[in-house]
Amino acid sequence: MIALKGITKRFGEHTVLDGIDLSLARGEIIVVIGPSGTGKSTLLRCVNFLERPDAGQLTVGDLSVDAARATSDDILGLRRRTAFVFQNYALFAHKTALENIAERMIVVEGLSKREAHARAREILERIGLADKADAYPAALSGGQQQRIGIGRAMAAKAEVILFDEPTSALDPEWVEEVLALMKQLAAEQQTMIVVTHEMQFAREVADQVVFMEGGRIVEQAPPSELFTNPRDERTRSFLRKVLAGNAPSDA
Amino acid sequence: MQALNLDYMVGLVPVLLGYLPLTLGMAAAGMVCALILSCGLAVIRVSRLPVLNQAAQLFISFFRGTPLLVQLFLFYYGLPQFLSFLVSINGVTATIMGLTLHFSAYMAESIRAAITGIDRSQTEAAQSIGMTNAQTMRRIILPQATRVATPTLMNYFIDMIKSTSLAFTLGVTELMGATQKEAASSFLYFEAFLVVALIYWIIVEALSWCQKRLEKRLNRAYQR
Ligand SMILES: Nc1ncnc2c1ncn2[C@@H]1O[C@H](COP(=O)(O)OP(=O)(O)OP(=O)(O)O)[C@@H](O)[C@H]1O
Ligand SMILES: [Mg+2]
Repeated sequence: MIALKGITKRFGEHTVLDGIDLSLARGEIIVVIGPSGTGKSTLLRCVNFLERPDAGQLTVGDLSVDAARATSDDILGLRRRTAFVFQNYALFAHKTALENIAERMIVVEGLSKREAHARAREILERIGLADKADAYPAALSGGQQQRIGIGRAMAAKAEVILFDEPTSALDPEWVEEVLALMKQLAAEQQTMIVVTHEMQFAREVADQVVFMEGGRIVEQAPPSELFTNPRDERTRSFLRKVLAGNAPSDA
Repeated sequence: MQALNLDYMVGLVPVLLGYLPLTLGMAAAGMVCALILSCGLAVIRVSRLPVLNQAAQLFISFFRGTPLLVQLFLFYYGLPQFLSFLVSINGVTATIMGLTLHFSAYMAESIRAAITGIDRSQTEAAQSIGMTNAQTMRRIILPQATRVATPTLMNYFIDMIKSTSLAFTLGVTELMGATQKEAASSFLYFEAFLVVALIYWIIVEALSWCQKRLEKRLNRAYQR
Protein backbone atom coordinates (compact mmCIF):
# COMPACT_ATOMS: atom_id res chain seq x y z
CA MET A 1 0.00 0.00 0.00
CA ILE A 2 1.33 3.38 -1.02
CA ALA A 3 -0.39 6.57 0.00
CA LEU A 4 0.54 10.20 -0.53
CA LYS A 5 -1.45 12.82 1.30
CA GLY A 6 -1.16 16.55 0.76
CA ILE A 7 2.39 16.37 -0.58
CA THR A 8 3.60 19.93 -1.03
CA LYS A 9 6.93 21.12 -2.36
CA ARG A 10 8.21 24.63 -2.92
CA PHE A 11 11.40 25.79 -4.57
CA GLY A 12 11.74 29.27 -3.11
CA GLU A 13 8.51 31.10 -3.93
CA HIS A 14 7.55 28.60 -6.57
CA THR A 15 5.07 25.95 -5.40
CA VAL A 16 5.89 22.96 -7.56
CA LEU A 17 3.62 20.45 -5.83
CA ASP A 18 0.43 21.76 -4.37
CA GLY A 19 -1.06 19.13 -2.10
CA ILE A 20 -0.87 15.88 -4.04
CA ASP A 21 -3.06 12.98 -2.91
CA LEU A 22 -2.48 9.61 -4.50
CA SER A 23 -2.77 6.01 -3.45
CA LEU A 24 -1.92 2.64 -4.93
CA ALA A 25 -2.84 -0.85 -3.88
CA ARG A 26 -0.25 -3.59 -4.09
CA GLY A 27 0.34 -4.58 -7.69
CA GLU A 28 -1.28 -1.44 -9.03
CA ILE A 29 0.31 0.59 -11.79
CA ILE A 30 -0.16 4.31 -12.09
CA VAL A 31 1.05 6.28 -15.08
CA VAL A 32 1.53 10.01 -14.59
CA ILE A 33 1.29 12.28 -17.60
CA GLY A 34 1.34 16.03 -18.00
CA PRO A 35 3.12 18.93 -19.63
CA SER A 36 6.74 19.79 -18.98
CA GLY A 37 7.61 21.55 -15.72
CA THR A 38 4.45 20.39 -14.01
CA GLY A 39 6.18 18.65 -11.14
CA LYS A 40 6.00 15.02 -12.27
CA SER A 41 9.67 14.33 -11.55
CA THR A 42 9.50 16.27 -8.33
CA LEU A 43 6.57 14.15 -7.22
CA LEU A 44 8.48 10.91 -7.74
CA ARG A 45 11.58 12.36 -6.11
CA CYS A 46 9.54 13.37 -3.08
CA VAL A 47 8.34 9.80 -2.55
CA ASN A 48 11.85 8.68 -1.66
CA PHE A 49 13.15 12.01 -0.44
CA LEU A 50 15.58 12.73 -3.23
CA GLU A 51 13.63 15.97 -2.77
CA ARG A 52 12.37 16.77 0.69
CA PRO A 53 8.65 17.63 0.65
CA ASP A 54 7.69 20.68 2.69
CA ALA A 55 4.50 19.10 3.94
CA GLY A 56 2.37 15.99 3.59
CA GLN A 57 2.11 12.41 4.72
CA LEU A 58 3.85 9.53 2.99
CA THR A 59 2.93 5.92 3.61
CA VAL A 60 4.88 3.10 2.01
CA GLY A 61 4.06 -0.37 3.25
CA ASP A 62 4.29 -0.40 7.03
CA LEU A 63 6.05 2.95 7.27
CA SER A 64 4.20 6.23 7.55
CA VAL A 65 6.13 9.48 7.61
CA ASP A 66 5.14 13.06 8.22
CA ALA A 67 7.29 14.77 5.61
CA ALA A 68 7.81 17.95 7.57
CA ARG A 69 9.15 16.00 10.54
CA ALA A 70 10.99 13.18 8.79
CA THR A 71 14.06 11.95 10.64
CA SER A 72 17.04 10.47 8.82
CA ASP A 73 15.80 7.02 9.89
CA ASP A 74 12.43 7.74 8.26
CA ILE A 75 14.15 8.84 5.08
CA LEU A 76 16.34 5.75 4.97
CA GLY A 77 13.27 3.64 5.69
CA LEU A 78 11.36 5.17 2.79
CA ARG A 79 14.29 4.76 0.45
CA ARG A 80 14.66 1.13 1.42
CA ARG A 81 11.01 0.48 0.60
CA THR A 82 11.10 2.22 -2.77
CA ALA A 83 13.31 2.05 -5.85
CA PHE A 84 13.93 4.59 -8.56
CA VAL A 85 14.61 4.27 -12.27
CA PHE A 86 16.25 7.38 -13.68
CA GLN A 87 15.81 8.99 -17.05
CA ASN A 88 19.59 8.98 -17.62
CA TYR A 89 20.03 5.47 -16.04
CA ALA A 90 22.52 6.78 -13.42
CA LEU A 91 24.41 3.49 -13.27
CA PHE A 92 27.55 3.30 -11.13
CA ALA A 93 30.22 3.83 -13.76
CA HIS A 94 32.96 1.92 -11.95
CA LYS A 95 30.85 -1.17 -11.38
CA THR A 96 29.92 -3.91 -13.82
CA ALA A 97 26.32 -4.67 -14.72
CA LEU A 98 26.34 -7.47 -12.15
CA GLU A 99 27.87 -5.26 -9.45
CA ASN A 100 25.37 -2.48 -10.12
CA ILE A 101 22.56 -4.87 -9.37
CA ALA A 102 24.29 -6.55 -6.43
CA GLU A 103 25.38 -3.34 -4.71
CA ARG A 104 22.22 -2.81 -2.70
CA MET A 105 22.07 -6.40 -1.53
CA ILE A 106 25.62 -6.16 -0.22
CA VAL A 107 25.46 -2.73 1.37
CA VAL A 108 21.87 -2.45 2.53
CA GLU A 109 20.85 -6.07 3.12
CA GLY A 110 24.27 -7.19 4.23
CA LEU A 111 24.38 -10.27 2.02
CA SER A 112 27.73 -11.86 1.31
CA LYS A 113 29.24 -10.93 -2.01
CA ARG A 114 28.78 -14.47 -3.26
CA GLU A 115 25.11 -14.62 -2.43
CA ALA A 116 24.45 -11.12 -3.76
CA HIS A 117 26.16 -11.96 -7.03
CA ALA A 118 24.18 -15.18 -7.34
CA ARG A 119 20.94 -13.28 -6.90
CA ALA A 120 22.07 -10.51 -9.23
CA ARG A 121 22.70 -13.18 -11.84
CA GLU A 122 19.11 -14.35 -11.50
CA ILE A 123 17.95 -10.80 -12.13
CA LEU A 124 20.24 -10.48 -15.16
CA GLU A 125 18.63 -13.65 -16.39
CA ARG A 126 15.16 -12.16 -15.97
CA ILE A 127 16.07 -8.95 -17.79
CA GLY A 128 17.75 -10.88 -20.58
CA LEU A 129 21.25 -9.57 -20.02
CA ALA A 130 22.98 -12.58 -18.49
CA ASP A 131 25.73 -12.33 -21.09
CA LYS A 132 26.52 -8.75 -20.03
CA ALA A 133 27.24 -9.51 -16.38
CA ASP A 134 30.84 -8.32 -16.57
CA ALA A 135 30.30 -5.36 -18.86
CA TYR A 136 30.76 -1.82 -17.57
CA PRO A 137 27.99 0.71 -18.29
CA ALA A 138 30.17 2.57 -20.80
CA ALA A 139 30.24 -0.53 -22.97
CA LEU A 140 26.46 -0.99 -23.05
CA SER A 141 23.81 0.52 -25.30
CA GLY A 142 21.33 2.97 -23.82
CA GLY A 143 18.62 0.34 -23.82
CA GLN A 144 20.85 -2.15 -22.05
CA GLN A 145 21.91 0.43 -19.50
CA GLN A 146 18.33 1.26 -18.71
CA ARG A 147 17.47 -2.42 -18.35
CA ILE A 148 20.32 -2.70 -15.85
CA GLY A 149 18.89 0.38 -14.13
CA ILE A 150 15.57 -1.44 -13.88
CA GLY A 151 17.38 -4.58 -12.71
CA ARG A 152 18.99 -2.56 -9.95
CA ALA A 153 15.55 -1.37 -8.91
CA MET A 154 14.19 -4.93 -9.04
CA ALA A 155 16.96 -6.05 -6.70
CA ALA A 156 15.52 -3.76 -4.06
CA LYS A 157 12.33 -5.87 -3.84
CA ALA A 158 10.71 -2.52 -3.19
CA GLU A 159 7.08 -1.90 -2.33
CA VAL A 160 7.01 0.39 -5.34
CA ILE A 161 9.31 1.20 -8.24
CA LEU A 162 9.29 4.82 -9.39
CA PHE A 163 10.08 5.35 -13.08
CA ASP A 164 10.95 8.87 -14.21
CA GLU A 165 10.66 8.95 -18.00
CA PRO A 166 12.67 5.74 -18.39
CA THR A 167 12.65 5.85 -22.18
CA SER A 168 13.00 9.58 -22.88
CA ALA A 169 16.77 9.57 -23.12
CA LEU A 170 16.87 6.53 -25.38
CA ASP A 171 17.44 6.35 -29.09
CA PRO A 172 14.15 5.18 -30.65
CA GLU A 173 15.61 1.78 -31.47
CA TRP A 174 16.02 0.91 -27.76
CA VAL A 175 12.64 2.11 -26.47
CA GLU A 176 10.74 -1.10 -27.16
CA GLU A 177 13.06 -3.40 -25.22
CA VAL A 178 12.77 -1.21 -22.14
CA LEU A 179 8.99 -0.95 -22.40
CA ALA A 180 8.83 -4.71 -22.88
CA LEU A 181 10.75 -5.23 -19.65
CA MET A 182 8.40 -2.87 -17.83
CA LYS A 183 5.42 -4.78 -19.16
CA GLN A 184 7.02 -7.99 -17.94
CA LEU A 185 7.30 -6.43 -14.46
CA ALA A 186 3.70 -5.30 -14.67
CA ALA A 187 2.66 -8.84 -15.47
CA GLU A 188 4.54 -9.95 -12.34
CA GLN A 189 2.36 -7.62 -10.26
CA GLN A 190 5.11 -5.16 -9.43
CA THR A 191 3.63 -1.97 -7.98
CA MET A 192 4.85 1.03 -9.94
CA ILE A 193 4.42 4.72 -10.60
CA VAL A 194 5.56 5.63 -14.08
CA VAL A 195 6.07 9.11 -15.48
CA THR A 196 6.14 8.77 -19.25
CA HIS A 197 5.08 10.23 -22.55
CA GLU A 198 4.51 6.76 -24.00
CA MET A 199 0.72 6.90 -24.26
CA GLN A 200 0.46 3.48 -25.83
CA PHE A 201 2.24 2.00 -22.81
CA ALA A 202 -0.13 3.86 -20.50
CA ARG A 203 -3.14 2.50 -22.34
CA GLU A 204 -1.91 -1.07 -22.21
CA VAL A 205 -0.41 -1.30 -18.77
CA ALA A 206 -1.78 1.34 -16.43
CA ASP A 207 -4.54 0.66 -13.93
CA GLN A 208 -4.93 4.39 -13.41
CA VAL A 209 -3.68 7.35 -15.40
CA VAL A 210 -3.04 10.60 -13.59
CA PHE A 211 -2.97 13.87 -15.47
CA MET A 212 -0.98 16.58 -13.67
CA GLU A 213 -0.70 20.25 -14.40
CA GLY A 214 0.66 23.13 -12.39
CA GLY A 215 1.60 20.97 -9.42
CA ARG A 216 -1.86 19.46 -9.02
CA ILE A 217 -3.65 16.34 -10.09
CA VAL A 218 -6.24 17.51 -12.57
CA GLU A 219 -7.78 14.21 -13.39
CA GLN A 220 -7.33 10.55 -12.51
CA ALA A 221 -9.06 7.65 -14.21
CA PRO A 222 -8.47 4.24 -15.77
CA PRO A 223 -6.85 4.63 -19.19
CA SER A 224 -9.94 3.45 -21.08
CA GLU A 225 -11.80 6.35 -19.54
CA LEU A 226 -9.15 9.06 -19.44
CA PHE A 227 -8.03 8.59 -23.01
CA THR A 228 -11.44 8.23 -24.60
CA ASN A 229 -13.50 10.47 -22.42
CA PRO A 230 -11.41 13.02 -20.52
CA ARG A 231 -13.52 15.28 -18.31
CA ASP A 232 -11.32 18.28 -17.84
CA GLU A 233 -10.66 20.70 -20.67
CA ARG A 234 -6.93 20.83 -19.73
CA THR A 235 -6.65 17.06 -20.08
CA ARG A 236 -8.40 17.18 -23.42
CA SER A 237 -6.12 19.85 -24.79
CA PHE A 238 -3.00 18.05 -23.54
CA LEU A 239 -4.10 14.77 -25.08
CA ARG A 240 -4.99 16.48 -28.35
CA LYS A 241 -1.46 17.82 -28.58
CA VAL A 242 0.23 14.56 -27.62
CA LEU A 243 -1.93 12.26 -29.66
CA ALA A 244 -1.62 14.50 -32.70
CA GLY A 245 1.91 13.16 -32.72
CA ASN A 246 3.47 16.31 -31.39
CA ALA A 247 5.00 14.97 -28.25
CA PRO A 248 5.43 17.63 -25.56
CA SER A 249 8.45 19.84 -26.06
CA ASP A 250 10.75 17.75 -23.86
CA ALA A 251 9.78 14.25 -24.86
CA MET B 1 89.70 24.24 -15.07
CA GLN B 2 90.00 20.74 -13.75
CA ALA B 3 88.38 17.58 -15.06
CA LEU B 4 85.55 15.80 -13.26
CA ASN B 5 86.77 13.16 -10.85
CA LEU B 6 84.81 10.28 -12.35
CA ASP B 7 86.27 7.60 -10.11
CA TYR B 8 85.09 9.51 -7.07
CA MET B 9 81.64 9.85 -8.55
CA VAL B 10 81.32 6.15 -9.34
CA GLY B 11 82.52 5.27 -5.87
CA LEU B 12 80.02 7.62 -4.30
CA VAL B 13 76.99 6.00 -5.91
CA PRO B 14 76.78 2.90 -3.67
CA VAL B 15 77.48 5.00 -0.59
CA LEU B 16 74.62 7.34 -1.34
CA LEU B 17 72.27 4.56 -2.41
CA GLY B 18 72.51 3.26 1.14
CA TYR B 19 70.47 6.30 2.18
CA LEU B 20 67.85 5.80 -0.48
CA PRO B 21 65.59 3.63 1.72
CA LEU B 22 65.29 6.43 4.27
CA THR B 23 64.45 8.99 1.57
CA LEU B 24 61.87 6.77 -0.09
CA GLY B 25 60.57 5.60 3.26
CA MET B 26 59.86 9.14 4.42
CA ALA B 27 58.15 9.93 1.12
CA ALA B 28 56.06 6.75 1.25
CA ALA B 29 55.01 7.32 4.86
CA GLY B 30 54.22 10.95 4.10
CA MET B 31 52.20 9.94 1.06
CA VAL B 32 50.10 7.36 2.90
CA CYS B 33 49.33 9.77 5.74
CA ALA B 34 48.66 12.61 3.31
CA LEU B 35 46.25 10.45 1.29
CA ILE B 36 44.22 9.61 4.37
CA LEU B 37 44.22 13.18 5.67
CA SER B 38 43.43 14.72 2.29
CA CYS B 39 40.50 12.37 1.68
CA GLY B 40 39.11 13.42 5.05
CA LEU B 41 39.62 17.10 4.26
CA ALA B 42 38.07 16.74 0.81
CA VAL B 43 35.00 14.96 2.18
CA ILE B 44 34.58 17.67 4.81
CA ARG B 45 34.84 20.35 2.14
CA VAL B 46 32.40 18.64 -0.21
CA SER B 47 29.77 17.87 2.40
CA ARG B 48 30.05 21.42 3.77
CA LEU B 49 29.95 20.28 7.37
CA PRO B 50 29.59 23.41 9.49
CA VAL B 51 32.63 24.50 11.53
CA LEU B 52 34.71 21.58 10.23
CA ASN B 53 34.47 23.03 6.75
CA GLN B 54 35.80 26.39 7.88
CA ALA B 55 38.55 24.66 9.85
CA ALA B 56 39.51 22.63 6.78
CA GLN B 57 39.56 25.75 4.64
CA LEU B 58 41.84 27.51 7.11
CA PHE B 59 44.12 24.48 7.29
CA ILE B 60 44.38 24.22 3.52
CA SER B 61 44.97 27.92 3.11
CA PHE B 62 47.78 27.96 5.69
CA PHE B 63 49.64 24.90 4.44
CA ARG B 64 49.41 25.99 0.82
CA GLY B 65 50.26 29.55 1.67
CA THR B 66 53.55 29.02 3.49
CA PRO B 67 56.82 27.40 2.37
CA LEU B 68 57.42 23.79 3.32
CA LEU B 69 60.80 24.73 4.81
CA VAL B 70 59.16 27.23 7.15
CA GLN B 71 56.63 24.59 8.20
CA LEU B 72 59.38 22.07 8.91
CA PHE B 73 61.26 24.55 11.07
CA LEU B 74 58.05 25.45 12.84
CA PHE B 75 57.43 21.81 13.79
CA TYR B 76 60.98 20.80 14.55
CA TYR B 77 62.42 23.83 16.24
CA GLY B 78 59.33 25.84 17.16
CA LEU B 79 56.64 23.57 18.52
CA PRO B 80 58.64 21.75 21.23
CA GLN B 81 59.00 25.13 22.91
CA PHE B 82 55.28 24.95 23.80
CA LEU B 83 54.36 21.28 23.54
CA SER B 84 56.73 19.48 25.84
CA PHE B 85 55.91 16.01 24.49
CA LEU B 86 57.38 17.11 21.18
CA VAL B 87 60.79 17.72 22.70
CA SER B 88 61.70 14.20 21.77
CA ILE B 89 60.46 14.59 18.19
CA ASN B 90 63.19 13.49 15.82
CA GLY B 91 63.96 14.92 12.43
CA VAL B 92 62.50 12.00 10.53
CA THR B 93 59.16 12.22 12.33
CA ALA B 94 59.05 15.98 11.92
CA THR B 95 59.75 15.62 8.20
CA ILE B 96 57.01 13.05 7.70
CA MET B 97 54.64 15.24 9.66
CA GLY B 98 55.54 18.31 7.63
CA LEU B 99 55.25 16.51 4.31
CA THR B 100 51.92 15.05 5.36
CA LEU B 101 50.36 18.35 6.35
CA HIS B 102 51.82 20.33 3.49
CA PHE B 103 50.93 17.92 0.72
CA SER B 104 47.55 16.93 2.12
CA ALA B 105 46.48 20.55 1.70
CA TYR B 106 47.22 20.38 -2.03
CA MET B 107 45.93 16.86 -2.48
CA ALA B 108 42.67 17.68 -0.69
CA GLU B 109 41.85 20.24 -3.37
CA SER B 110 42.58 17.78 -6.19
CA ILE B 111 40.43 15.12 -4.58
CA ARG B 112 37.68 17.62 -3.94
CA ALA B 113 37.68 18.63 -7.59
CA ALA B 114 37.55 14.96 -8.59
CA ILE B 115 34.63 14.31 -6.24
CA THR B 116 32.60 17.23 -7.54
CA GLY B 117 33.35 15.99 -11.06
CA ILE B 118 31.48 12.71 -10.48
CA ASP B 119 28.01 12.93 -11.96
CA ARG B 120 25.54 13.91 -9.26
CA SER B 121 23.04 11.37 -10.53
CA GLN B 122 25.21 8.53 -9.20
CA THR B 123 24.90 9.97 -5.70
CA GLU B 124 21.15 10.10 -6.13
CA ALA B 125 21.08 6.55 -7.45
CA ALA B 126 23.01 5.37 -4.39
CA GLN B 127 20.68 7.24 -2.07
CA SER B 128 17.65 5.92 -3.90
CA ILE B 129 18.61 2.33 -3.07
CA GLY B 130 18.91 3.26 0.59
CA MET B 131 22.65 3.73 0.97
CA THR B 132 23.69 6.18 3.68
CA ASN B 133 25.79 9.22 2.83
CA ALA B 134 28.88 7.56 4.25
CA GLN B 135 28.30 4.38 2.23
CA THR B 136 27.72 6.44 -0.90
CA MET B 137 30.95 8.30 -0.35
CA ARG B 138 33.00 5.20 0.40
CA ARG B 139 31.64 2.81 -2.21
CA ILE B 140 30.52 5.02 -5.09
CA ILE B 141 32.17 8.43 -5.04
CA LEU B 142 35.65 7.97 -3.58
CA PRO B 143 36.68 4.98 -5.71
CA GLN B 144 35.87 6.96 -8.85
CA ALA B 145 37.32 10.20 -7.56
CA THR B 146 40.63 8.58 -6.61
CA ARG B 147 40.80 7.20 -10.10
CA VAL B 148 40.28 10.62 -11.61
CA ALA B 149 42.75 12.21 -9.22
CA THR B 150 45.46 9.55 -9.53
CA PRO B 151 47.62 11.28 -12.16
CA THR B 152 47.68 14.48 -10.11
CA LEU B 153 48.35 12.58 -6.91
CA MET B 154 51.28 10.84 -8.61
CA ASN B 155 52.70 14.26 -9.41
CA TYR B 156 52.48 15.21 -5.76
CA PHE B 157 54.22 11.99 -4.80
CA ILE B 158 57.09 12.82 -7.13
CA ASP B 159 57.23 16.30 -5.68
CA MET B 160 57.22 14.81 -2.20
CA ILE B 161 60.22 12.60 -2.93
CA LYS B 162 62.20 15.64 -3.98
CA SER B 163 60.99 17.56 -0.96
CA THR B 164 62.38 14.96 1.44
CA SER B 165 65.76 16.55 0.70
CA LEU B 166 64.75 19.37 3.02
CA ALA B 167 65.04 16.93 5.92
CA PHE B 168 68.77 17.52 5.98
CA THR B 169 68.06 20.98 7.40
CA LEU B 170 66.60 19.18 10.42
CA GLY B 171 69.78 17.19 10.79
CA VAL B 172 68.50 14.04 9.14
CA THR B 173 71.12 12.14 7.19
CA GLU B 174 69.08 11.07 4.19
CA LEU B 175 70.18 11.19 0.57
CA MET B 176 70.85 14.93 0.55
CA GLY B 177 72.29 15.06 4.07
CA ALA B 178 74.69 12.23 3.26
CA THR B 179 75.83 13.96 0.09
CA GLN B 180 76.44 17.15 2.01
CA LYS B 181 78.68 15.26 4.47
CA GLU B 182 80.57 13.43 1.74
CA ALA B 183 81.18 16.65 -0.16
CA ALA B 184 82.36 18.46 2.92
CA SER B 185 85.02 15.86 3.55
CA SER B 186 86.20 15.39 -0.05
CA PHE B 187 85.80 19.00 -1.16
CA LEU B 188 84.51 17.60 -4.45
CA TYR B 189 81.25 19.54 -4.20
CA PHE B 190 80.36 19.54 -7.86
CA GLU B 191 80.89 15.81 -8.27
CA ALA B 192 78.97 14.94 -5.12
CA PHE B 193 75.94 17.10 -5.86
CA LEU B 194 75.93 16.03 -9.50
CA VAL B 195 75.73 12.40 -8.39
CA VAL B 196 72.85 13.08 -6.01
CA ALA B 197 71.05 15.12 -8.66
CA LEU B 198 71.34 12.19 -11.08
CA ILE B 199 70.01 9.80 -8.47
CA TYR B 200 66.92 11.97 -7.83
CA TRP B 201 66.47 12.39 -11.56
CA ILE B 202 66.54 8.66 -12.25
CA ILE B 203 64.04 7.95 -9.48
CA VAL B 204 61.68 10.59 -10.78
CA GLU B 205 62.02 9.39 -14.36
CA ALA B 206 61.26 5.84 -13.28
CA LEU B 207 58.17 7.01 -11.45
CA SER B 208 57.05 9.13 -14.41
CA TRP B 209 57.29 6.03 -16.55
CA CYS B 210 55.09 4.13 -14.10
CA GLN B 211 52.71 7.07 -14.04
CA LYS B 212 52.30 7.04 -17.81
CA ARG B 213 51.55 3.34 -17.83
CA LEU B 214 49.08 3.77 -15.00
CA GLU B 215 47.34 6.60 -16.82
CA LYS B 216 47.02 4.48 -19.93
CA ARG B 217 45.36 1.77 -17.87
CA LEU B 218 43.04 4.23 -16.15
CA ASN B 219 42.03 5.74 -19.48
CA ARG B 220 40.74 2.48 -20.77
CA ALA B 221 38.97 1.75 -17.50
CA TYR B 222 35.29 0.84 -17.47
CA GLN B 223 35.32 -0.22 -21.11
CA ARG B 224 35.12 -3.97 -20.75
N1 LIG C 1 16.15 21.70 -7.60
C1 LIG C 1 15.27 22.61 -8.10
N2 LIG C 1 15.39 23.92 -7.78
C2 LIG C 1 14.54 24.84 -8.24
N3 LIG C 1 13.52 24.56 -9.06
C3 LIG C 1 13.34 23.29 -9.43
C4 LIG C 1 14.21 22.24 -8.97
N4 LIG C 1 13.79 21.08 -9.51
C5 LIG C 1 12.71 21.37 -10.26
N5 LIG C 1 12.43 22.69 -10.22
C6 LIG C 1 11.31 23.36 -10.89
O1 LIG C 1 10.12 22.70 -10.52
C7 LIG C 1 9.23 22.62 -11.60
C8 LIG C 1 8.80 21.19 -11.80
O2 LIG C 1 9.92 20.44 -12.24
P1 LIG C 1 9.82 18.90 -12.59
O3 LIG C 1 11.17 18.48 -13.04
O4 LIG C 1 9.23 18.18 -11.44
O5 LIG C 1 8.79 18.90 -13.79
P2 LIG C 1 8.38 17.70 -14.74
O6 LIG C 1 6.91 17.64 -14.73
O7 LIG C 1 9.11 16.47 -14.37
O8 LIG C 1 8.85 18.22 -16.15
P3 LIG C 1 9.48 17.40 -17.38
O9 LIG C 1 8.35 16.78 -18.11
O10 LIG C 1 10.14 18.46 -18.16
O11 LIG C 1 10.44 16.40 -16.80
C9 LIG C 1 9.93 23.23 -12.79
O12 LIG C 1 9.46 24.53 -12.96
C10 LIG C 1 11.38 23.24 -12.41
O13 LIG C 1 12.03 24.34 -12.97
MG1 LIG D 1 10.68 15.33 -15.28
